[in-house]
Amino acid sequence: MAKLDLMLFEEEDTLLQEIIGRLSKDASAKVVFLVDKNGQQIAAAGDVKSIDATSLASLTAGNVAATDGLAKLIGEKEFSLLFHEGEKDNLHISIVGKRGILVVIFDQNSSLALVRLRVKKASKELQEIFDQVEQRAQKESDLGSRFESPFSEITDEDIDRLFGD
Amino acid sequence: MTFINYASREINCKIVYYGPGLCGKTTNIQWIFEQANPEKRGKLVSLATETDRTLFFDFLPLDMGTVKGFKVRFHLYTVPGQVFYDASRKLILRGCDGIIFVADSQRARMEANIESIANLATNLKENGFDIRSIPYVLQLNKRDMPSAASIPEMERLLRFRNEPMIEAVANKGTGVIETLKAAARQVLMELQRN
Repeated sequence: MAKLDLMLFEEEDTLLQEIIGRLSKDASAKVVFLVDKNGQQIAAAGDVKSIDATSLASLTAGNVAATDGLAKLIGEKEFSLLFHEGEKDNLHISIVGKRGILVVIFDQNSSLALVRLRVKKASKELQEIFDQVEQRAQKESDLGSRFESPFSEITDEDIDRLFGD
Repeated sequence: MTFINYASREINCKIVYYGPGLCGKTTNIQWIFEQANPEKRGKLVSLATETDRTLFFDFLPLDMGTVKGFKVRFHLYTVPGQVFYDASRKLILRGCDGIIFVADSQRARMEANIESIANLATNLKENGFDIRSIPYVLQLNKRDMPSAASIPEMERLLRFRNEPMIEAVANKGTGVIETLKAAARQVLMELQRN
């Protein structure tokens, strides 16, 4: 499990973006992010430029991981929902399947009830795509990759170039 | 666990700085942050106590450029080194692609170094990794300290798999980039193998 990389192809990426975009609109949210549990941003919709998305992804993953640890300490499998209420903006964080985290930022133009309702529907759809991605990755790791990886020919020079040598 | 997005042609890799308390993990990534081109680095996020000890983690995203047409981004994390933060350390290792172990060269800290490597092995195992095979670099930090142990002595005590071993003085930047580069090389070569 720990060894399987998360690989996202064009088709899946488009589907995820669509779902997130729809959720953002339906929930009257300011921004919606889909993040993976290791802190990488997968998709985003809404007024994305207003927020440092990379830090948000990493801190959300840290927050979820810490809450996960707390849940296990008291004998729960997980807390599937976190809600932070601010003066103006609120943060709704929920777990999607085994590896996804959905973050919805909303203000007084929406409500917690509406966000919860829309998130529930979107989570189901996202879960299906995550399942497909995982099944494909599992199949490929069992059978050997069906496509030529672009990284099969990384050279020392490629790596030196990254560091400006 | 590397995240490869074929749609946006991006690879994200997570590298974790591990080591005993006050060995210089945060100093390493602070130095990288200060030296990196502002256009290529993200914000340095530090979850620290009032006395600047790491409480949960430090985080620095770095855009490295492109390899084979893919944008390579490294996410650098540090763990809190103090012994009692073990639960947090375990969480930060989730989904990591490579480890940089920062050892404190001061003789008095040798036992803490050894304990921290043993702790790393346990925590990696709990996250489904093997310390003997994950991309791994050993940094011997604080080489400028008068009480620093000799290199052969540290090698005998801390090096266990012929991993790259780099001498450093992180607060002056010596060896910091070399260490990151050695880790990056292993992480990217691992992608090649997979």
